[in-house]
Amino acid sequence: MGFDYFFKLFIGGLTKGSIYALIAIGYTMVYGIIGLINFAHGEVYMIGAFTALIVAGILSVLNLPMFAVLMIAVVIAMIFSAGYGFTLEKIAYKPLRNAPRLSALISAIGMSIFLQNYVLLAQTSNFLPYPDMIPDFAFLEPIKQTLRTTQLIILVVTAIVMILLTLLIKFTKIGKAMRATSQDRVMAMLTGVNVNRVISVTFVIGSSIAALGGVLICSHTGRTHFYIGFLVGIKAFVAAVLGGIGSIPGAVLGSFVLGFTESFGAGYISSDYEDVFAFVILILILTFRPDGILGKSTKQKA
Amino acid sequence: MGVLEVKDLTMDFGGLRAVDHVSLEVTEGEIVALIGPNGAGKTTFFNCVTGVYNTMQGTVTINPPGREAEEIQRQPPHIITQKGLARTFQNIKLFQSMTVLENVMIGRHTRMKAGIAGAVFRGKKTRAEEQKLLHDCYEILKKIGLEKWVNEQAKNLPYGEQRRLEIARALATEPFLLLLDEPAAGMNPQETQDLVELILKLREEESISVLLIEHDMSLVMSLSEKIYVMDYGKGIASGVPKDVKKDPIVIKAYLGEDIDA
Amino acid sequence: MIKDRLLKSLYVSLWLTVLTFPVMVIRVNTIEDTVTWRWGNLLLILIGSYVFSLIWNYALERQERGKKVKTNKLSIKIKEIKATVSQSRPMKISGLAAVLAAVFLFPFLTSFYQMSIMNTALMYVMLGLGLNITIGLGGILNLGYIAFFMVGSYSYALLNQAIGLNFWIALPIGGLVALIFGIIVAVPVLRLRGDYLAIVTLAFGEIMRIVVENWSSLTGGPSGIRSIPRPAIPGVDLNLIDTAKLVYFIMIVLAAFTILITLRLKDSRIGRALIAMREDEIACQSMGINITKVKVIAFALGAVFAGVAGVVFAANTTFINPASFTLWESVLVLCIVVLGGMGSIPGVIFAALVLKLMPEYLRAFSEYRMLVFGAVLVIMMVFKPGGLIPEKRKHYNFTNKDAADFEEEDV
Repeated sequence: MGFDYFFKLFIGGLTKGSIYALIAIGYTMVYGIIGLINFAHGEVYMIGAFTALIVAGILSVLNLPMFAVLMIAVVIAMIFSAGYGFTLEKIAYKPLRNAPRLSALISAIGMSIFLQNYVLLAQTSNFLPYPDMIPDFAFLEPIKQTLRTTQLIILVVTAIVMILLTLLIKFTKIGKAMRATSQDRVMAMLTGVNVNRVISVTFVIGSSIAALGGVLICSHTGRTHFYIGFLVGIKAFVAAVLGGIGSIPGAVLGSFVLGFTESFGAGYISSDYEDVFAFVILILILTFRPDGILGKSTKQKA
Repeated sequence: MGVLEVKDLTMDFGGLRAVDHVSLEVTEGEIVALIGPNGAGKTTFFNCVTGVYNTMQGTVTINPPGREAEEIQRQPPHIITQKGLARTFQNIKLFQSMTVLENVMIGRHTRMKAGIAGAVFRGKKTRAEEQKLLHDCYEILKKIGLEKWVNEQAKNLPYGEQRRLEIARALATEPFLLLLDEPAAGMNPQETQDLVELILKLREEESISVLLIEHDMSLVMSLSEKIYVMDYGKGIASGVPKDVKKDPIVIKAYLGEDIDA
Repeated sequence: MIKDRLLKSLYVSLWLTVLTFPVMVIRVNTIEDTVTWRWGNLLLILIGSYVFSLIWNYALERQERGKKVKTNKLSIKIKEIKATVSQSRPMKISGLAAVLAAVFLFPFLTSFYQMSIMNTALMYVMLGLGLNITIGLGGILNLGYIAFFMVGSYSYALLNQAIGLNFWIALPIGGLVALIFGIIVAVPVLRLRGDYLAIVTLAFGEIMRIVVENWSSLTGGPSGIRSIPRPAIPGVDLNLIDTAKLVYFIMIVLAAFTILITLRLKDSRIGRALIAMREDEIACQSMGINITKVKVIAFALGAVFAGVAGVVFAANTTFINPASFTLWESVLVLCIVVLGGMGSIPGVIFAALVLKLMPEYLRAFSEYRMLVFGAVLVIMMVFKPGGLIPEKRKHYNFTNKDAADFEEEDV
């Protein structure tokens, strides 16, 4: 054991946290804007992974360098997932914007089931081996046991995404529109914001980021399956709630808290109870901070 | 001592002091108005007195007729209502999918006893209690003039009737003090006049005292025996209506509003 | 108008075709290293989505128009029929008699297989009614409800193993244990707002399942517990089919019991407090209601029914393991409640039967049944967000001006 093991768990936690973050961002953005738990978000993540796999499969005949394949596959996966997110919103959520929240939730669940089975039927129920499209960095060779190239890439990509997203939200017009819509949709409409477009953009951004995560993690773990969206989706959603649902920094923070909890819990205590640690930390945090770590405590106006 | 005595009530929202050492008193049978420009902190004041916010400082003492005086600050809202303070809300908070009658029946909740066993087994006592409840609530509706809406869903009521329903519901809790938050908001002059008569009638027949927040000056002037004025969280004036009307500080606070009703 | 519609659907269909192109047309098999192109699917999507889009948009438009104007001749006729049927006593009685006859005769007219399915469906009816109290009446979103079902099952299984507990005694005990768990879970959860509360209930549900799965010494772990005794009548020897019939009647009685309690609850002081809390917590508190207490009641009451149903489940299947109590099952019960129309008893029953029986009878299309299930959920919610049979409140008829006499009528 010792420091090597600790560091390995630490990197593991960081990696998990990063992936959760990439997905949790989508959950929290959608929740912030329309107050809906987008149950189907995990499926969009999964479809991103599958799309990249399919693209890589086609390109394999062309004998391109790995890096080019990766780039093309990722970009196409992101575009298609964005498309799925966009379409999903228009079909299953938009008609329910003024309906009771639980109805929208059930619709989301229905969409999630539909998309899972859609991929299952159109592709396969097997676990598919996933090519490791990320070329290994030579300089990491010596510490390959502790830090693999895929992990480093995941961390770097997540950091870049977070920075870009923050810049977008803070400094662009659409970012401002998004913030306005999430605070008060009616007012935003009245001040000329095209709320429909803002909502669509939110879904598009969240979905493409999730797709990116999907490709990266599947490259790392070496396999994919139609069900991965559901499993990871729940965790990412827990992470978003933990950090304060509706807050992007909260989602990221919550993701890392979750990632580390799982990694260290599994590493030092028991890997069987890995999920239990995640849920226990959620309950603990919400007990002391009922609105999540960074959640805004909204005192209800009577 | 009055039935309600508030001393130095102070409430902060983070860095903002929403209510700053406000004191007021309502004596038995009195109708008192709390007025002030928008954002003065009046509803926040109400929320503190009724326990919706529980981080306030200062004291709130109640002294209902026939009972001992006690302090109720920072107690939970349901306890405060059980002790005899009932309120209506600035933004109507009716139970929308329940019927008019049921909304009033909820008001009676604390004056009843039936629990789960009562619900499931419907013994003689429970049935008698429910019968009495229906009877009493119908009477309340008649008093307020809403009896023809008895089975209508609350959300289908016209606006003015919804406001009156809130009062009916508050009345069902058998309060000694009624706190009304902008009861006349959105009402036309005829409806406002009807409301004035209703409140006077209730004061007479139910022996309750009333503390109300209002912007409609005609209602305030014709109804209240005492007025407190708030601005920027502070109490800036108090007294009988004709004095408050002429107070230069009050006039300045409203700046341009004609309070000569 | 028509041309616009046709054109719009064309765009939609083209969009969907392109979108689904990778997944539908190309199949990459990395195990065998093959890439298959299925151009037939392209045509399928193109035409299918075109037709779907036409129908979908048409239905949406109908719904929009329907909201504004309800003078459609057919809907007026339907309303008239409904009114005459519900007013007429003989019709009501014969309707009720028909239902009772069907319910009673069912096990004698159907095969073992059909009865087994119905038994499971009836358990979900009870689960739906139980969760209906928590969500439908109380407005508390419990995403870990199936854990109470699991608690009931394991209570019977373990107590039977340990002290030979008899099935009939286990029934109330399962409910009691579930009640205790309900209170335990409710306490930390009470201060949380809406969605946070929901996610914590999900967390509790999962924690309980994972603990059961891993605590092998106590619960048998993932392999579960076997040879759980079936329900039996002392002295009577029942074969498999007769046991299934017995279970059927047990479930009918339990379901009826649950319905009765729910009905009584809805129009009681506690029931009204639950609904008020669902509608507006702050107003509810201001009416003197202690919502903490009411929330615990909503939680715990819902749990009891799940616990009792769990005992029957264990006895019926004689073998339980954690895999029967996953998040998916909780979600299914949630769908039943929302689809049925929150707080509406006939709605929940109907939805439970549909959602549980449909996949079984769709086994013919077995591969596609989950796909259809998901689609059905979406379609139902889009076109009937209030649920199949929305809740109806009780109406009272005050005939005498003094309100001394009045009659209750159910509308």
